Amino acid sequence: MAALTTSRTPGVTDRRRPATRRRLPVWHAFWILAAAAYFIVPIVSLVQFSFGGRVDGHSAGFHWYATVFDDPNFGSSFWLSVQIAIETVVLSIVLLVPTAFWIHLRLPRLRPVMDFVSVLPFVVPPIVLIVGLIPFLQPFTFIYSRPEVLDFIYVVFAMPFLYRSLDAGLRAINLQTLAEASANCGGSTWSTLIRVVVPNLRSAIIGGSFLTVAIAMGEFTISSLLSFNTFPVYIFNIGQSTSNEAAALAVISLLLTWGLMIALYLVGRGGRTTAQIAATR
Amino acid sequence: MATTDTTPTAARAARAVELPASGGRGARRARRGLRWLGVAPLTAYLLVFLLIPAGELVVDAFRTPSGSFTLGNVSTIFQSQYLSAFGASLELSALAALFGGVLGLLAATAIVHPSAPRFVRSTVTTFSGMAANFAGVPLAFAFTSTLGATGVITLAFKHLGISLAAIDPTSTTLGLALVYNYFEFPLMILLLLPALDGMKREWREAAQNLGASGFTYWRTVALPILLPSLLGTMVLLFGGAFSAYATAYALSGSTGNLVTELIGNLTNGNITVDPQLAYALAFGMMLVISVLMIIYYLLQRRASRWLR
Repeated sequence: MAALTTSRTPGVTDRRRPATRRRLPVWHAFWILAAAAYFIVPIVSLVQFSFGGRVDGHSAGFHWYATVFDDPNFGSSFWLSVQIAIETVVLSIVLLVPTAFWIHLRLPRLRPVMDFVSVLPFVVPPIVLIVGLIPFLQPFTFIYSRPEVLDFIYVVFAMPFLYRSLDAGLRAINLQTLAEASANCGGSTWSTLIRVVVPNLRSAIIGGSFLTVAIAMGEFTISSLLSFNTFPVYIFNIGQSTSNEAAALAVISLLLTWGLMIALYLVGRGGRTTAQIAATR
Repeated sequence: MATTDTTPTAARAARAVELPASGGRGARRARRGLRWLGVAPLTAYLLVFLLIPAGELVVDAFRTPSGSFTLGNVSTIFQSQYLSAFGASLELSALAALFGGVLGLLAATAIVHPSAPRFVRSTVTTFSGMAANFAGVPLAFAFTSTLGATGVITLAFKHLGISLAAIDPTSTTLGLALVYNYFEFPLMILLLLPALDGMKREWREAAQNLGASGFTYWRTVALPILLPSLLGTMVLLFGGAFSAYATAYALSGSTGNLVTELIGNLTNGNITVDPQLAYALAFGMMLVISVLMIIYYLLQRRASRWLR
């Protein structure tokens, strides 16, 4: 066969290439179909469930979605989660952007240490941290009893994602040169940070922020154990009584998370590719 | 921070480039000390919200309610019901890591195969990112409506006379592992791609020139090189499944017997609250995860030998 084809490159690879090209698509196609089914079927079932059941002898249609939007607790829990997410993002940025900037500019020796510190929240899972946090925070009733306590805890879990995003961003720009240029123009360290570095880190900050929002909006473990009625806790509670309505809520939550991920993808496009996973399990 | 508004511009610039500016040795040393103030806020924050609570947890695991030292709490977790909880968690994590690891490896190698069209990679990574982020309560409901007692697939198979009770995610470990696989499988793809990219094309060509089949190349070249990365990523999947709580709890409610669920019940107040036991169980989890991290670190070090 190889002798019959006219080819620029003679030798072994010449004989093998057409063979691999013919063999691959079969198992490729099989795996792709199997994987696609595995990923799509649960979502299709979920959507089907959200339109399922019978109401007054009719098929439900958008009934469950209407029920969701009529429930004042939907709005209040959703709004609570949005509020917490925004506060967490602001707090994370205020805490991490100056620190990451300072470490890269003046304390590069600390960078490996920070690499380790930023993965610590992975080592301490939420369910473990909350067991340690409850007795520690309980005496401080003014914060412990308010949902804002979640902001402070979520910052810890968002840190690896935001810090890594910032770290990659800072590595990509020539920080020393920018800082020197800014100083030559008479800028103080703060104005270097705010007027030079932050604009250069925009996509890193926005990317990290989207992940932080995804974490804060989806977090269930800590908010449920501290008995705050955030959006995921609300979905869970509805699921205890009406599974169709819970399915509708899950679809809404899914669209929301994916919306964030698409936004993240669009922000990251053109820059370095970031494959980021922020879900709280 | 080292500059003030009264400093002349030139001196500021000089300082920024670390030239010896005005001021003696003492002033320079003081400035060097001041540098460390820049990391003080983050350090303080992490101390309060991560390190002290985690440390206190370890100390409390060895203390009686009145505060004296005891090994009683930790020895409680060796009672059969708690050991079986750790066993169930480890079994689930092993299954999830195995499923996710094998499927992820197959998918990732298919993506990077030279003959795969280029769009496949970007499509798969985008969808993997989305699937890896679909977890927790919504994922639990999606699988309840698929494989639960009244799930779409369960009912479809029932019509064919096949019972899917063995993979019911609300009551079986195998079913729960299937659910976890939903985010572990894409996670494996995303984490493994960089390692596969590090495989040099020349290695495959060299093997082929020596007459190796695709299988021989994999068995004698690719797999030995990839093994540390592969196992390291699977350790991460294992840890992810081991520490997951939301998905499992949303599926099985308070009847679940995983360690995370037991801790949740103890903290939630569904059962008589026993903080000492919760500390001990949480400490046990930290131990398991520490071991995993050490294994991960060692594998990572080995992996970096080839994949530079």
